[in-house]
Amino acid sequence: MIEAVGLTKRFGAKTAVDQLSFQVRPGHVTGFLGPNGSGKSTTMRMILGLDRPTSGHVTINGRPFRELPNAQRHVGALLDAKAVHGGRRARTHLLALAQLSGIPEKRVDEVLGVVGLQDVARQRTKAFSLGMGQRLGIAAALLGDPQVLLFDEPVNGLDPEGILWVRNLMRQLAAEGRTVFVSSHLMSEMALTADHLIVIGRGRLLADMGVQEFIAHNSAGFARVRVADSDRLGAQALGEALVKAGGQVLKEPDGALRVTGLTLPHVSDLAHEAGVRLWELSPHRASLEEAYMRLTQSAVEYTSTEDPRAELFEPEPLTVPAWEDEGAHQVSGPTAAAFYAPPPPGAAGAQPFLMPSRPGDLAGTATDPEDPR
Amino acid sequence: MTAPTPRPAAYSSPLPTPRPHLGHAVASEWTKMISVRSTVLTLGALVLLVVGIGLLAVAQTSAENFSGTPFTAPALFGLLVGQLGVMVLGVLTMTSEHGTGLIRTTFTAAPDRHRVLTAKYLVVGGVGFTAVAGSVTLVALAGAIVHHRPGAGRHDIPGELLDGLAGSLYVTLLGVLALAVGALVRHSAGGIAVMIGVVTVPPFTGAMLSMWEATQPAGSTLIRYNAPVALMQLFGLPNTDTGAIPPAWVHFALLLLVTGAAVAGSYLVVGRRDV
Repeated sequence: MIEAVGLTKRFGAKTAVDQLSFQVRPGHVTGFLGPNGSGKSTTMRMILGLDRPTSGHVTINGRPFRELPNAQRHVGALLDAKAVHGGRRARTHLLALAQLSGIPEKRVDEVLGVVGLQDVARQRTKAFSLGMGQRLGIAAALLGDPQVLLFDEPVNGLDPEGILWVRNLMRQLAAEGRTVFVSSHLMSEMALTADHLIVIGRGRLLADMGVQEFIAHNSAGFARVRVADSDRLGAQALGEALVKAGGQVLKEPDGALRVTGLTLPHVSDLAHEAGVRLWELSPHRASLEEAYMRLTQSAVEYTSTEDPRAELFEPEPLTVPAWEDEGAHQVSGPTAAAFYAPPPPGAAGAQPFLMPSRPGDLAGTATDPEDPR
Repeated sequence: MTAPTPRPAAYSSPLPTPRPHLGHAVASEWTKMISVRSTVLTLGALVLLVVGIGLLAVAQTSAENFSGTPFTAPALFGLLVGQLGVMVLGVLTMTSEHGTGLIRTTFTAAPDRHRVLTAKYLVVGGVGFTAVAGSVTLVALAGAIVHHRPGAGRHDIPGELLDGLAGSLYVTLLGVLALAVGALVRHSAGGIAVMIGVVTVPPFTGAMLSMWEATQPAGSTLIRYNAPVALMQLFGLPNTDTGAIPPAWVHFALLLLVTGAAVAGSYLVVGRRDV
């Protein structure tokens, strides 16, 4: 169990981590997400007592890290795969770490086997690839067989097989009842690995919820309806029927309709009643990746002047069809949130995801399944 | 929390959980020191320099050269260069961890940082003293075996060997000071530069300051109190052109004062600093 309360770190005028409060529970893989420079690594370093917080505190199993009696046996961490002396052999590196806490030497060979480095154990680590370095770092984290594990970007530099291995390892470690806290900037990876997500941007907490909940909150679904091309009037008629039934309709550039607020069978029934032939009626889910980008958009620190993410976003100018009267496309807040991916935090309007105003709020929301949105 | 999965009971490990103590950290530091080429080469170079130059000096001298001069004297020539090896060893023990980022792994595994730092001091001190004292004693014994003849006059060999050990201790203290400097500056090149400066700059500065009457007192003080002069004196080759020679213990006290301050500073800084 990792518990942070009001964690803040300032470097001069720059606030790297701002009033961050969260809990990481045992038995789950908790993903720690945020864009580059959002304060993930600083937070991890504060958890591990490497940096001292400007204010606030963080405890592991109820104690500050530096007061744990045998830290290595309680907490294992991979912070930086390159944080080894390149001139030292892999096994000696681990041996020196093991000796530091009186961990038996046979454990070194065990963890080398776990991460699959037994064949290169006697090589100097400067010849290691980034992936091998990550495995060595994971081996170091596992040395003390700890209850709490922290991994900072563990899949960086791994091949697909390695990524799968890390994913399974994390899940297995959590299934054994350990606390597993994994940082990443890849939403797609975390969606597959984590049970719970903590999302930060610019050092602030953006979301703290289960993965399923996060998906439900932050990715919007819609139905795409395509009326037969030959049936121009049919499209008009169907659109009016849909709006009358309480749906919201936008027109895509190629003439298809995006419908929200109505279930697929209901749309089908309406089309049948209106006597309109459909060529397509399909459910769509905005990707989690996109939802995450929207969520962290305003929190991204370093952006290219030529924004490569542009192509990932939906083409913006969706036209409001003729049958929607003037005011109709002023869709209400919650509907808009469901239709588009939610606006970035700080934007005016509804709050599409959990954003505690006080650190104390979190303890309540994190445990409450019916979170008060 | 939406995850419906039952939460397993907290994990408990079958590994023994001893409370880590200084001995563990010393074992770890020893492993670190002997498992990297740079430190092993530094130590090797130190021993080779002291023993090599020392034996060469023994071979090129006659018994008469040792009348009034202790048999440890030949070791001094190598040691004046070899002391750099001890200092480099001291600096590298700390800065190689900072340079590679290993320090974060180390302090994550052992958040009681003072235990690690103490272990480093012990290992550098122990290894440095063993290497220097061993080399010096070897050279002194060689000198005694070859040149202990009537021409060399009277010699108190155990006493001379003890003086050699005192000289080795002085060099070891320089290594400890180097480790403290390494912990303070956290940079290999910077730390080594500082240490070379500490050892080599005072004699030159003293000589330059002695040029003018106004700065002459400061200059002569610097010339009398510095590391090379102290070493020469400890090895029985006092530099007599500088006037009144301070007793050996003054040199020791001076170095102990500087080293003590730097070591205290290193404990203070390493304990608090973000790494």
